[in-house]
Amino acid sequence: MLFGFVLMMIMRWQLAYPDTPVPFIGGLLSEDKLLSPDMYNAFGAMHGTIMIFLGVVPILVGAFGNYVVPLQIGAPDMAFPKLNMASYWVYFVGGIVMFASFFMEGGPAASGWTMYPPLSIIAENGETVWLLGMVFLITSSLLGSMNIIVTIVQLRPEGLTWMRLPFFVWAQLVTSFLLVLAFPPLEAAAVLQIMDRIAETSFFMPSGLVVGGEVVDVAGGGSPLLWQHLFWFLAHPEVYVLILPGMGIVAEVVANNTRKPLWGYKALVYSVVFLGFMSFIVWAHHMFLTGMGQAMSAFFQTTTMIISIPSVIILSALLISLWGGSIRFNTPMLFALGWMPMFGIGGLTGLPLGLAPTDIPLHDTYYVIGHFHYVVAPGSIFAIFAGIYYWFPKMTGHKLNESLGKVHFYFSFIFMNGIFMPMFIQGLAGVSRRLADGGASYAHALEVLQWNEFMSYSAWFLGLAQIPFIINIVLTILKKRDENAERNPWKSTTIEWNAAPSPPIAHGNFDKELTVYRGPCEYSVPGANKDFSPQTEK
Amino acid sequence: MIEIPYNVKPRQETGLYNAKLGIWLFLASEVMLFGGLFSAYVLLRVGSPVWPPGGEAQLNIPLATINTFNLILSSWTIVKSWIALKENDFKGFKTYMGITLLCSLIFLVIKYFEYSAKLHHGIFPSTDNFYGIYFTLTGLHGLHVIGGLIVNFYLWGPGKKMWKSEPERFTNRVEVSGLYWHFVDLVWIFLFPTLYLL
Ligand code: HEM
Ligand SMILES: [Cu+2]
Repeated sequence: MLFGFVLMMIMRWQLAYPDTPVPFIGGLLSEDKLLSPDMYNAFGAMHGTIMIFLGVVPILVGAFGNYVVPLQIGAPDMAFPKLNMASYWVYFVGGIVMFASFFMEGGPAASGWTMYPPLSIIAENGETVWLLGMVFLITSSLLGSMNIIVTIVQLRPEGLTWMRLPFFVWAQLVTSFLLVLAFPPLEAAAVLQIMDRIAETSFFMPSGLVVGGEVVDVAGGGSPLLWQHLFWFLAHPEVYVLILPGMGIVAEVVANNTRKPLWGYKALVYSVVFLGFMSFIVWAHHMFLTGMGQAMSAFFQTTTMIISIPSVIILSALLISLWGGSIRFNTPMLFALGWMPMFGIGGLTGLPLGLAPTDIPLHDTYYVIGHFHYVVAPGSIFAIFAGIYYWFPKMTGHKLNESLGKVHFYFSFIFMNGIFMPMFIQGLAGVSRRLADGGASYAHALEVLQWNEFMSYSAWFLGLAQIPFIINIVLTILKKRDENAERNPWKSTTIEWNAAPSPPIAHGNFDKELTVYRGPCEYSVPGANKDFSPQTEK
Repeated sequence: MIEIPYNVKPRQETGLYNAKLGIWLFLASEVMLFGGLFSAYVLLRVGSPVWPPGGEAQLNIPLATINTFNLILSSWTIVKSWIALKENDFKGFKTYMGITLLCSLIFLVIKYFEYSAKLHHGIFPSTDNFYGIYFTLTGLHGLHVIGGLIVNFYLWGPGKKMWKSEPERFTNRVEVSGLYWHFVDLVWIFLFPTLYLL
């Protein structure tokens, strides 16, 4: 994750000051300390890949999913502990393979995280390594998500009915289904692309493709669009994989810190399930520019508009939950509150992209980059931060320091917007994505180019803003282990707080069999003797 | 410490033990994997003016037919081996599982002859997209066969110890492996007409 971020910071140098040597680490890159356009492409592709497949998904599903889900449903462990280990090690190998590609001759994969052929097939060897790495990562997520589903379905203790599950668990359940069903087609596509690269088949290679003035020597007859369909069939559900667990975390934090039940719990649950279904039939909204014809385009525009409804329901329900609550403004809550407008902006800017007439000029501009970074950067990442601050006492027995946490939040919030807001301005002016000089060679881009420097500074400052966070984590981990640490420091109702802090990793989370008597967010129940009524208390 | 529940006995509500739910999910993902490949096949075929692009396909239909029956037989024997365990008949399990293993071996040997004949005639995956998808689909299916072979061999050989210590769990393992094996069989039953006959 950190590494992905560093790649991006180097890229932003290039964008702010094209053709100026990169300071400090330039020497590592090349002799003249420049980030060449080729390298820019590679860094961009790897930034996306690392952030999504090695960063956000493993943290949200692998880490929070594996750690919090069994605790929240009161299970002694995951259903298949060994499978869990396997999944981790497969992930580990996949990660190593990905990083190893940096040291390949010709560098790592450079065709964007979307790996569109034919470019990706005629490219250097790094691509093959990318595909292999992907196969490992996909397998790992498959194993992990199967485990999560089985755990949720099978290991709930007595009394924990479906409608008493915390919203986070629901979100994880739907996410895991998306992973189980959407990843394999990408695996299939990766296999086909590996064949194209190694066995010289031409699944994705059209006849008579000319590269560098010469016709490529393959049988031809394949279709690059086939890859796009297979890829986006995965990759659209994938974006919900990136956000649903985040929604889950935010919902937990919001319920806990407003001290009142979530507004519309059932609506939330139905929305998230519906979202899961719909996410399988919207993929071609990434492909409006491929000349797919009126009927197809109309279908995918409609489904895309429909899928935004549940997102809006979820966001609205969370917002309304704030109404009349006695809000505790601690760090996790701040991140959750920061998440809401950020996700809102991200979602709203998605709507024009979902309609072909507006998408066609906007496609592949910085507007799209702005859109998805608002949903994944301040969206998923803020949710991850909220989750870390919220569950840290669960993991270590100590809360993280609040003052450092607040510094971390406010600066991150400001600089996140500093990076991504101008992208909309540039995008609307027509600046394309994936240009190594940030658009300097295009006349129509010149007017908005001054923003590049601003965005780059924001990015570097965002990097600095993570320092208090890292210090905070290190200091807190170093603290002496407190055997009598309070079990439920946030005064929460959900089951995970019944276990001792830092339960021995895996195996036997709880001291005794649990029975569940009530729903997940019964805060401030009239007549109760305290303002929270834990699920395991009568 | 509390044991992980429903490891062996099914949970009443769902009627499944953990591993059975697990394998169903796994198979669901496999369906999507082969589904993706089959749709790729359909799209390639639709997009090509003639199919196969190089004229008449040269696939060995009789050999493939033998293999089809061979796999169907092995599906049946693996069920028999599971039933044998249910009836506490370990000998029967050994026999039927042994036949299953034999069938899978025969399948692979036949496949090997088919492949080498192709390569011998200068037909490679790169020849055209028909052979490309032929090699990819059957190759991936072949890997699944090998995977199943290894697991079944383990259950038949070194893994059988568990029958003594936890018979019920062992029976479940055979059932789960059987479910997987049926799937592998089923994929072939789709592959055979798609590639060889149509
Ligand atoms: C809520 C309604 C949403 C709508 C209507 C929507 C619509 C779209 C559309 C139409 C595109 C394609 C734009 C183009 O390439 O021209 C797009 C791109 C993208 N969206 Fe969304 N989106 C929504 C929410 C989300 C969410 C929640 C996430 C992730 C958490 C997300 C992540 C992405 C990503 C990563 C891309 C860019 C992929 C790429 O080309 O590299 N979107 N969105
Ligand atoms: Cu999408």
